[in-house]
Amino acid sequence: MDKLVAQYSRPPHQNEMYSEQEQQDLTASVPPLSLKFSLPPVDNHSAFLRAMTDDHSNPSCPIKLAHGTTTLAFRFQGGIIVCTDSRATAGNWIASQTVKKVIPVSRLSRGEDKKSNEPTPGLLGTMAGGAADCQYWLRYLSQQCTLHEIRHKRRITVAAASKILANLTYAYKGYGLSMGTMLAGMTPQEGPALYYIDSDGTRLPGNLFCVGSGQTFAYGVLDAEYKYELTEEEALNLGRRAILAAMHRDAYSGGFINLYHVKEEGWVHHGFDDMNPIFWDTKLQKGEFSNVTSAL
Amino acid sequence: MAQKVVEAYETGSGAGKNAPFVPIVHESLDLQADRLLPSQSNPFDINGGACVAMVGKDCVAIACDLRLGMQSLTISNNFPKIFNYAPSTYLGLTGLATDVNTVSDLFRYKVNMYRLREERDIAPQTLANLVSSSLYEKRFGPYFVSPVLAGINPTTGKPFICGFDSIGCIDFAKDFIVSGTASDQLFGTCEGLWEPDLAPEDLFETISQALLSAVDRDALSGWGAQVYIIEKDKVTQRLLKGRQD
Repeated sequence: MDKLVAQYSRPPHQNEMYSEQEQQDLTASVPPLSLKFSLPPVDNHSAFLRAMTDDHSNPSCPIKLAHGTTTLAFRFQGGIIVCTDSRATAGNWIASQTVKKVIPVSRLSRGEDKKSNEPTPGLLGTMAGGAADCQYWLRYLSQQCTLHEIRHKRRITVAAASKILANLTYAYKGYGLSMGTMLAGMTPQEGPALYYIDSDGTRLPGNLFCVGSGQTFAYGVLDAEYKYELTEEEALNLGRRAILAAMHRDAYSGGFINLYHVKEEGWVHHGFDDMNPIFWDTKLQKGEFSNVTSAL
Repeated sequence: MAQKVVEAYETGSGAGKNAPFVPIVHESLDLQADRLLPSQSNPFDINGGACVAMVGKDCVAIACDLRLGMQSLTISNNFPKIFNYAPSTYLGLTGLATDVNTVSDLFRYKVNMYRLREERDIAPQTLANLVSSSLYEKRFGPYFVSPVLAGINPTTGKPFICGFDSIGCIDFAKDFIVSGTASDQLFGTCEGLWEPDLAPEDLFETISQALLSAVDRDALSGWGAQVYIIEKDKVTQRLLKGRQD
């Protein structure tokens, strides 16, 4: 009888609790690194891969990976600005001028699923370094974030998402991964959050980051003009101007300016615009870039 | 191989005073040996730049980009690579910027001496042979330049273009000559756009499109361009506004 009473006298919310098994699954929600990648059949595969693909130390290396980039992101009073160029190079060859280097992370709220121009909830990731590495691992991160969303019934924090990626890159440290990425997002728990993660396993929170071969040029513009109190319009223009400077001076950056704004309700896309008309407008109307000749 | 190395090392450290020092190198370490060497980049690709010459009907055209860089960093957007040596004879020089300056000055000196001695302007064919033999003088320590020559012969009135490698081998061509870091791309655009007997204005359009399209696919050249259209008694110089990335 006691047993029967106990069975039916549970508090009503008890059935909403996770079962033992479910709790186990939740605590072990970050998957083990069981992804099987085949490695070259040599003694020291990381040295071998480096010698084959690192064209900085060996310009005649047989495999040229696509890289060369400028990406930037900064926090300000109205959220986070994320801005990138769109060039991919393999050696001196410009492989593409139309790369999308900002990747929406978290599948449940991906931009493609929505038609309206409303802000899209979710995180943004940026790509610098090996194009394939970034694409693959941000897609992987997207998968993990989606699973997190399903399991926990709430969106993942930027801190947690960045840690999944940093743990991943740290586990593959020395295997020749090449990526420098920024994760930007806004969650109720954290507010606007920005993290830098790279293939060395570094993970840093911060207000302002530039990544890629043109990072120094972007930092130059950003450091001169940046302050946290920027208005939305000022911030968007500053992001665009910093990338423009980097595209101009850095041979491995160029193409189109890809601009995003992350705010409380989600991220908003502010265009994928050819840099050339913007450059000539900046030069001829504002009198900047006076180093460039425009007349004989 | 490994056995021999060990022997040489032992005699060296033992009695033999004059035994040569032989470093121990394992063949399996060759991959890393690459990385131990200081990174050596190709002198032709340090500063970047592109040049092209084309033949038309009773005219020739020569064009170059304006970039001067140091690897990825763009230093200047105003570095023309075409030099004038006679009223209708022009020489384009791509490659290492310091050698572009040195070689252009050297030929200014040589052509001036030629003009004083001969009391006439140098013909493009003559300049071609001068360039060739001057570059071969540095056979074992060459200037890192790839010259392109374009002109109209002052006596016959016939168009003439040719190109050279860095040690003076002349490449005569009836259609076009390309050089520089975007030379692969230029071959493609020229093969696609060039046709025989183009009039000066059409030749200008062709060479400009060929150059601009080519440098837009090369990270190390571009940032504006300069074009010369050379006719019998008239030379037109134009500046092209190129992409600034």
